[in-house]
Amino acid sequence: MFSGLFATYVVMAHNYAGGPTGKELFNLTDALMETMLLLFSSVAFGLGMVGMHKGNKRMLLAGLAAALLLGLGFVTMEALEFSHMISQGAGPQRSGFLSAFFTLVGTHGLHVSFGILWMVVMMGQIATKGLTGPVQARLVRLGMFWHFLDIVWICLFSIVYLMGVL
Amino acid sequence: MNQTHQNNAGAGSGSIKSYTTGFILSLVLTAIPFFLVMNGTLSHSGTVFCIFATAVLQIFVQLHYFLHLDTSSAMYWNLMSLLFTFFIIFLFVGGSIWIMHSMHYRM
Repeated sequence: MFSGLFATYVVMAHNYAGGPTGKELFNLTDALMETMLLLFSSVAFGLGMVGMHKGNKRMLLAGLAAALLLGLGFVTMEALEFSHMISQGAGPQRSGFLSAFFTLVGTHGLHVSFGILWMVVMMGQIATKGLTGPVQARLVRLGMFWHFLDIVWICLFSIVYLMGVL
Repeated sequence: MNQTHQNNAGAGSGSIKSYTTGFILSLVLTAIPFFLVMNGTLSHSGTVFCIFATAVLQIFVQLHYFLHLDTSSAMYWNLMSLLFTFFIIFLFVGGSIWIMHSMHYRM
């Protein structure tokens, strides 16, 4: 799905329709901040999983909580960026470039939001069910989901933000 | 470095060391392209090359250190399916861009 959205974005990336370009819209410091939040979140989750494999519930919960807060920070920054762009008249309806931008980055942001919801659910399951086999398997799957979202973000900041301001 | 301990999801588990190594490598590989774009030290094509090179490297770093993908027999089928996925993505994205650019050129 993401490969399709990336292909669409690259094809549409120069269809500005006389509207604002990436160079005028993107703030690289913010993009770097978002990258760092997601990277720290990915690592925090990983360290939590080290705790899980050691049977250390406190380390697991601390890692999950840190990953959750950093993920929330990421989604908040992205939402602020979106609302700022829309208030400037650079919403998805402005040009083909912006439609593709909001679809691609928005889909990633939606995935991160659902990852956060999944983390809340898993923290509840750890608290009520304990570290049972099924709970651990679900955490491993959530971990893969979360790390893959970080990998998708690498492509995103490279192709959308860095190539956009170049 | 990481003992590929199997569990029912077919994923390996890492150690604090593997996550720290991956983290530091990712930091460096993120800092390089951002620095190059923000300062504009290299030529346009040089910067584009560096962005793609560091992005691909960082993807492999994260696959290895965060998702514990390696060439061990336990990870063989995960690795093979991932390589196949990369191949399909390459065909899909590369093919779409190629077709749309050639349409754009002809219209």
